[in-house]
Amino acid sequence: MSQADLTMEGHVSGLTVPMPPYGVLAKKMAIWLFIIADTATFAACLVAYGFLRNGSASWPRPFHSITNVALMTFILLTSSLTMLLGVRAAKSGDKAAAFRWTMITAVAGILFALLHIREWLALIDEGMTMFHNPWGTGLFGASFFSITGLHLTHVTGGVIALIAVGIRYKGGRYNADDLEVTGLYWHFVDLVWMFVVPMVYLLNLAR
Amino acid sequence: MTTEHKSGGLKQDLIVYLCLLALAAMQFVIAFQKIDATQMFERMLAVALVEAGLALLFFMHLWSEKPILMWSAGIFTVFVLLAMQYGWTDSNRMETGAPYSQTKTGVVPQ
Repeated sequence: MSQADLTMEGHVSGLTVPMPPYGVLAKKMAIWLFIIADTATFAACLVAYGFLRNGSASWPRPFHSITNVALMTFILLTSSLTMLLGVRAAKSGDKAAAFRWTMITAVAGILFALLHIREWLALIDEGMTMFHNPWGTGLFGASFFSITGLHLTHVTGGVIALIAVGIRYKGGRYNADDLEVTGLYWHFVDLVWMFVVPMVYLLNLAR
Repeated sequence: MTTEHKSGGLKQDLIVYLCLLALAAMQFVIAFQKIDATQMFERMLAVALVEAGLALLFFMHLWSEKPILMWSAGIFTVFVLLAMQYGWTDSNRMETGAPYSQTKTGVVPQ
C-alpha cells in the first residue's frame, strides 16, 4: 500500500487518518483538477474563436459535407461507451474484458485521429494554411488548426495513455482506479468535442 | 486498492449513450435549419450543454461522487466561464459598440 493510498483512504490498519474533504483518491482528484484547468483552456480558445468569427466580415464556410465530422463524432461517442465498459469490467475484476475494451477505445481514438488528419490534408490541399485560405479571412486557418489541433493532441495523448495504462493494468502493475482515472480523461476529450463540432464545423457549413 | 461508487449499471450507460447520440444528431439537424447564425449558435450551445451535463454526471460519474466535489468543480468552472464572458462582451463592445466604434468611420468622439 502506498503512502498516497494511506493518506486518501481514511481508516487503515488501525490508523485513523483524516478523510480528505473530497473523499476521492489523490490521483482522481488530480485528474479532476486537470480537467477543470483544461476546460478553461478550451473555453478560452472557443471564446477567442467566437470573437474572431464575430469580428470578421468574410468568415470562411469551407465545409461542404457533414459526413466526416458526423463519423468522427459517432466514433468518439462510441469510444466513451467502450471506455465505460472497460472500467466497469475492471471494477468487477474481469481483467481480460477490461483490457479488451480499453484497447478497443484506443483503436477508436486512432480512427478518430486518422479521420481528423485526412480532413486537415483535404483542407490544406484546397489551399488553406495557418494565415491564408481561398474563401475569406486568413485568421480562420489559425483558429481552426489551433482548436482542432489542441483537441487532436489531447486525443493522441489519450490513446497513448490508454495503451500504456491498459498494458500495465493487464500486467498487474495498475488497478481499476488507474483505468477509471484514464477513463475520466477520455470522457473529457469526448465532452470537448461536443462544443468543437457546433462552433467550428456546423456553424461554418457552406450554404 | 480500488474505490467503489454507486452506478446505474450497463442499462443506464446505454441509455445515456443513446441520448448523447440523439443530441449530437440534433445539432446536425439544427445546422440545416433556416435560421440566423445567432439563433443557430444559441440552440447548438444549449444542446451541447445538455450533452456535457449528461457526460459529466453519468459517464464521468460526477453524480455519484461526494456532492462537495461536484459543487467545487461546478462553481469554479462556471466562474471561469462567466469571467470569460466579461472579456468577450467587452471585446465585442470595443469592436462594434459605443464609444470606440465611431472612430471606425473617422469620427473621433469628443
